[in-house]
Amino acid sequence: MKRAYLFVPLIFFIALVVLFARGLKLDPTEMPSALLDQSVPEFNLPSLASEQRLLTRADLIGQVSLINVWGTWCPSCMHEHPYLMKLANQVPIIGVNYKDVRVDANQWLQKLGNPYVINVFDEKGTLGIDLGVFGAPETYVIDRQGMVRYKHVGVVNERVWQERLKPVVDRLRGEG
Amino acid sequence: MKQLCLRIVLLIGLAVSGPSLAAIDTYEFDDEQTRERFYLLSDELRCPKCQNQSLGDSNSPIATDLRREVYRLLNEGKTDRQIKDYLVARYGEYILYRPELSGHTLMLWLAPLLLLVIGLVVVLILVKRRRATPAAGNLDVDEQQRLKTLLNDSETSTDEESGKRD
Repeated sequence: MKRAYLFVPLIFFIALVVLFARGLKLDPTEMPSALLDQSVPEFNLPSLASEQRLLTRADLIGQVSLINVWGTWCPSCMHEHPYLMKLANQVPIIGVNYKDVRVDANQWLQKLGNPYVINVFDEKGTLGIDLGVFGAPETYVIDRQGMVRYKHVGVVNERVWQERLKPVVDRLRGEG
Repeated sequence: MKQLCLRIVLLIGLAVSGPSLAAIDTYEFDDEQTRERFYLLSDELRCPKCQNQSLGDSNSPIATDLRREVYRLLNEGKTDRQIKDYLVARYGEYILYRPELSGHTLMLWLAPLLLLVIGLVVVLILVKRRRATPAAGNLDVDEQQRLKTLLNDSETSTDEESGKRD
């Protein structure tokens, strides 16, 4: 019986190793959105294409779609852009042009192509703060009622789409 | 010598000057109290992008935006509680460096206390046990006799062995 006590430190050590090994695999940037299963916030901002055209929450909802937060100042967005072009015919992508310069952003779209059905021009990042954006690119999946159902931080590529976003989009479309 | 003095003085100066807020904004406050609150909040709120820095410590664009947001809310007369709730609603509890005491943070708050208690119990048990086991000095007469014969035996046997080798 006494001898069994000798194994206590070993067991403790193994438990710690397991805990730390798990900790190593976790991605600290992967934070659940506080907005999950909540409505897309209300806003009142111009569209990127035209200063005169004001957009609100109502302009974004109605379909299962992606909201993609981007900016010309963001190198990862440049990297992500070609894949969004491919994705554009599978799911409507709403752009939130985050803390950008209007001319630069429009030039970018003209030169590289425009995967977005509509683009909100969020110059000051106010919609960004309401969405809980802390960097770009970030991509949200919203349902027909305008509820945020998933958030992905970082570049969307084939793997992310197939493994994370598409299952959610398919499920939401199935919900009818 | 003079230079050495100068060096020492400079080193002391370096050591004494505390950590300053890395990010510098120019915000004007109505009163000293609001300024205090602003610095306290930006110290207690965490930058969502640069994960091990507070809002006040970080130079990232989002930290700048959130400091501006905190400043705006302060000027609107919001309480600390309301400001924290506002940010938690957007960025999650993650943003609080000092999380609220609630169901899923209970472990976080109680674990240190729990570990301390476990440690104390273990120490107490060990001390008690050590007291219970008799130390070498307090053998009774019989035991001392046995010990003596054992020691003598081994001495003579080693003597014999060494004798054989000679």
